[in-house]
Amino acid sequence: MEYFAQQLINGVTLGSIYGLIAIGYTMVYGIVGMINFAHGDVFMVGGFLALIAWLALTAMGVTAVPVALALVLVLAMAFTALYGWTVERLAYRPLRGSFRLAPLISAIGMSILLQNAVQVAQGPRVKPLPPVVPGNFFQSEGAGGFVVAISNVQVIIVATTLVLMVAFSLLVAKTPLGRAQRACEQDRKMASLLGIDVDRTISLTFVMGAALASVAGLMYLLYYGVVDFYIGFVAGVKAFTAAVLGGIGSLPGAMIGGLLIGLIETFWSAYFSAEYKDVAAFSILIVVLIFMPSGLLGRPEVEKV
Amino acid sequence: MSALLSIKGVTAYYGAIAALKGVDVDVAEGEIVTLIGANGAGKSTLMMTIFGQPRARDGLITFDGHDITRTPTHEIARLKIAQSPEGRRIFGRMTVVENLQMGAAVTKFAHYDEDLARIFAIFPRLKERAGQRGGTLSGGEQQMLAIGRALMSRPRLLMLDEPSLGLAPLIAKQIFSVVEELNRTERLTVFLVEQNAYHALRLAHRGYVMVNGRITMSGGGRELLERPEVRAAYLEGGR
Repeated sequence: MEYFAQQLINGVTLGSIYGLIAIGYTMVYGIVGMINFAHGDVFMVGGFLALIAWLALTAMGVTAVPVALALVLVLAMAFTALYGWTVERLAYRPLRGSFRLAPLISAIGMSILLQNAVQVAQGPRVKPLPPVVPGNFFQSEGAGGFVVAISNVQVIIVATTLVLMVAFSLLVAKTPLGRAQRACEQDRKMASLLGIDVDRTISLTFVMGAALASVAGLMYLLYYGVVDFYIGFVAGVKAFTAAVLGGIGSLPGAMIGGLLIGLIETFWSAYFSAEYKDVAAFSILIVVLIFMPSGLLGRPEVEKV
Repeated sequence: MSALLSIKGVTAYYGAIAALKGVDVDVAEGEIVTLIGANGAGKSTLMMTIFGQPRARDGLITFDGHDITRTPTHEIARLKIAQSPEGRRIFGRMTVVENLQMGAAVTKFAHYDEDLARIFAIFPRLKERAGQRGGTLSGGEQQMLAIGRALMSRPRLLMLDEPSLGLAPLIAKQIFSVVEELNRTERLTVFLVEQNAYHALRLAHRGYVMVNGRITMSGGGRELLERPEVRAAYLEGGR
């Protein structure tokens, strides 16, 4: 029982990170109808930027952990958002209106470019970060001597994710910007007839997706204590799986899909085999694509006219 | 009388196919002007070309003296030209109120509450449906919503593309009378595209007839109604 509880906690933590990345996939898909394969690498860049910001702040003498963390969060979000904006501007906007595969190919190119750029600039080796937030928020020893613990880092990850997801859902549901995004999703031409700057709205969607991915990057860094140039690939594909599982284009779907993938992967590792956890996650992708192509919360492409 | 909207020698193409072959149309402030013509004559293309979708290849389009021939679509809309387009193009997964809010975007919501109340007074049906998704409305309700959405921007020029299409005659009549009343009481300028030539010409101050991407006739609404060519082609046997 304690073992199960511990896996549940770990799975929710991991799922939060996947969910944050998955939102970027799902929003971009919703608005421009393409899978942004460079998104996983934007997450990786976010992780590196968080690490750099952290080291810079400590070098400048900011030692109070909560203050430093908050600053790192803001800095990483801002700079990664700039990356997201640039990627859209350079790789996707010039291809808008071209054939459907073109932006997909340039997305894969962007992904390779970002990986290699970081590899060259930061080196291929794993970059460690000493534990920043030590200690447990809660722990209890069970009957068999097994300790169930929720670490402070896990609390930070889940709480930040919850806050961001709520804020983000409100933004999309209630603000003029969110409405403009949904309008562009449904009928770009009509949106422009109503005075919506479609290019700007799409740019902002990439910016938001990248900002959330950078938070995921920071959380990853805090949780695992390392980043390298390659983490974007696997995390990206898993988050993409999460977005498809939840129903691509659906925000709550991305969050739920992220949680499910995190839980499945964790429980699979805990009870079966850690080597095959990726197999488990990707088998889900295959099963979903075959039996439920529109995902858990996705909508079938039928509209009353 | 200087025109609010002036279209001079405009051509537009879909690929290699010419949809507009040199069109001249003027709409003065406070007028209702209608454009009639058969299916495929290029009426809707002209409506969209005013917004630059597709762009005019040759010719000049001015609004209130500004050249808008090459202006980005969203900036044209911000000059307070509103369109209820062909096919209505309601946002099906947004509620009625959200659709109306989209219309108010160009006003920066400066007089949103007042405008919303006004639209609900004009179309009480929309008030009953306020929280419902656009895609679940009937055709007539969607048409009301499309016009309401256009009016939310407080347009200086209201463009309506086939507002009576597919509607029960009674509802079509109701929509025409709303247009007439807005024109009479608020001097709203209206540019109306219609296949329903009889109603459109009776309503309009002036009319244009379009055939195959060209304007072939123009004149006062009633005057066009009396013309034998118009009667033969669009009113009696022609439909």
